[in-house]
Amino acid sequence: MIAMIGRRVMSTLMVLFGVSLVIFLLLQLVPGDPARTILGAGATEDAVAAVRAELGLDQPLPVQFLGYLQGLITGDLGRSLTINQPVTEIIIPRFQNTMVLSAAALVICVVVGIPLGILAARRQYGIFDRIAMFTSLAGASVPVYWLGLMLIGVFALNLGWFPTSGMSNPRNPEGGFGDLLSHLVLPAFAAALVPLAVIARMTRSVMVDTMEQDYIRTLRAAGVPERSIIWKHCLRNAMPPIVTVVGLQIGYLLGGVIFVEVVFSWPGLGYQLYTAITQNDMPLVQAGVLFIALVFVLVNLLADTTVGLLDPRTRRKVTA
Amino acid sequence: MLEIKNLSVEFHTDGGVVHAVRHVDLTMGEGEIRGLVGESGSGKSVTAMTILGLLGTRRARISSGQILVNGRNLLELSPAELAKVRGRQLGLVSQNALSALDPSFTIGSQLMEVIMWHRKLSRSEARKEALEALRTVSMPDPEHKLRAYQHQLSGGQRQRVVIAMALAARPQILLADEPTTALDATVQKQILDLLLQINQEFGTAILMVTHDFGVVAHMCHTVTVMRRGEVLEEGTAKHVLESPTHPYTQALIAAVPRLHAHDQAAAVPRAERRLHVFQEAAL
Repeated sequence: MIAMIGRRVMSTLMVLFGVSLVIFLLLQLVPGDPARTILGAGATEDAVAAVRAELGLDQPLPVQFLGYLQGLITGDLGRSLTINQPVTEIIIPRFQNTMVLSAAALVICVVVGIPLGILAARRQYGIFDRIAMFTSLAGASVPVYWLGLMLIGVFALNLGWFPTSGMSNPRNPEGGFGDLLSHLVLPAFAAALVPLAVIARMTRSVMVDTMEQDYIRTLRAAGVPERSIIWKHCLRNAMPPIVTVVGLQIGYLLGGVIFVEVVFSWPGLGYQLYTAITQNDMPLVQAGVLFIALVFVLVNLLADTTVGLLDPRTRRKVTA
Repeated sequence: MLEIKNLSVEFHTDGGVVHAVRHVDLTMGEGEIRGLVGESGSGKSVTAMTILGLLGTRRARISSGQILVNGRNLLELSPAELAKVRGRQLGLVSQNALSALDPSFTIGSQLMEVIMWHRKLSRSEARKEALEALRTVSMPDPEHKLRAYQHQLSGGQRQRVVIAMALAARPQILLADEPTTALDATVQKQILDLLLQINQEFGTAILMVTHDFGVVAHMCHTVTVMRRGEVLEEGTAKHVLESPTHPYTQALIAAVPRLHAHDQAAAVPRAERRLHVFQEAAL
């Protein structure tokens, strides 16, 4: 088990290296010269060359990449081209806001999606199953930004139940937890819907599979009531694949959150990334994408470790 | 005690309706061991699963009949009532001994759960009962086995645990659906002898589903022969074995060479001799 975690950590580091290389190269392909972005349209060729030299952009690509990696290891991700601040200082508070939104969405996904899948599996092809699976298929097909706009239209503008955008009331920025919660509901739901639907469908199919296992029949035949069969034995055995899917859906969630943040003006990493892309602020884009990749990789490392711990066969080896 | 009257079960498949069980009648008295014999697809396992209400597919439909246990028709019970009948009046020992236990829970916790659903006991009392149940099925090192997971047990040990679970609430009837198919030849006889011992000790009636007339000869009092969902013949095991009336039964009996005296004398000692050779070689 410990060896397995060690192997996974190593491969995680490899993935992160690969991701940083890809991000670095992709941004080389993007048209636009960072020096011109900084200086503006009217700059002279000499001034542009001087800034390029200062940023190290006149160096060959491998040298630039090494410098970039060195910065990564020391926690220096460069300075923003549009806001004259270190990138990390801009990103970390935004990143926290994104984590708040993603965590809320994740809670909705798990708390609604898994029970939905279980209830659907309990009466396979029953009326609840059919409705739940049709709705979740529809839900999984809805574009996030469209859903966001619809939610704003119905629940914020028409019904007035929730604020339309932002993370806090501008007239009362210290609104406390209740205020944050009311700002959180719509964007969290918008971000949660697609992964929720996928998790519900996956849970259902894994549960249906598990319910047909021989050991479930043994327990039924011994008189164990359906409640314990479903919520204890089936769920426990269905857990590993469900955890894996939840881990993967967190990645999808982080992608969807970018759109949600733009639609709801949520001051998070996604919104910041969107602005940085439109302004050609490459160091900021690089750092933002890297942060998201980091979270995705770490979450999946966590999910895989949990799956390992859930299996008595691998868990035993820890104590042995 | 168990009375099946005119039972018919059909499966609605994409290729049409399959009549798996047709107008089957079957009775079992207290302490009786009845063999239910037939080839694959003869409807013997479907009959056993129908008794437990565990056909497990929406495609199955019970089109006629009654299953009476102590005069109560199981087909008219609610799921909750049926769950109480299972375990207390009916127990199941299935054929897939290797996959018949929940891999995520220990042997002890599964046994204790079954015991606690049927009897109001504290955890420590249930644990004692679980230990006792493992002793009843002659499990070696039972204290240690309570904490084990199924993957740490051999096939024969797993089947012993399954039998212990089926017996936990002292059912009157045990349905044994080819309980030895997944096991090694040497373990098969041990499990059959354990079932015999349980029958003698607790008076548990056993419906022994098998395709092997050797098993019938070894342990059954009575036998019912099925083919294509219908009962072909039935009677005492002795009578059917000695003078089978139906050609199909004759063919089934002929398929078990060790039933004949001269084969038995030749085959069994030879196997034992070979075993001795292996054991000596291992030493």
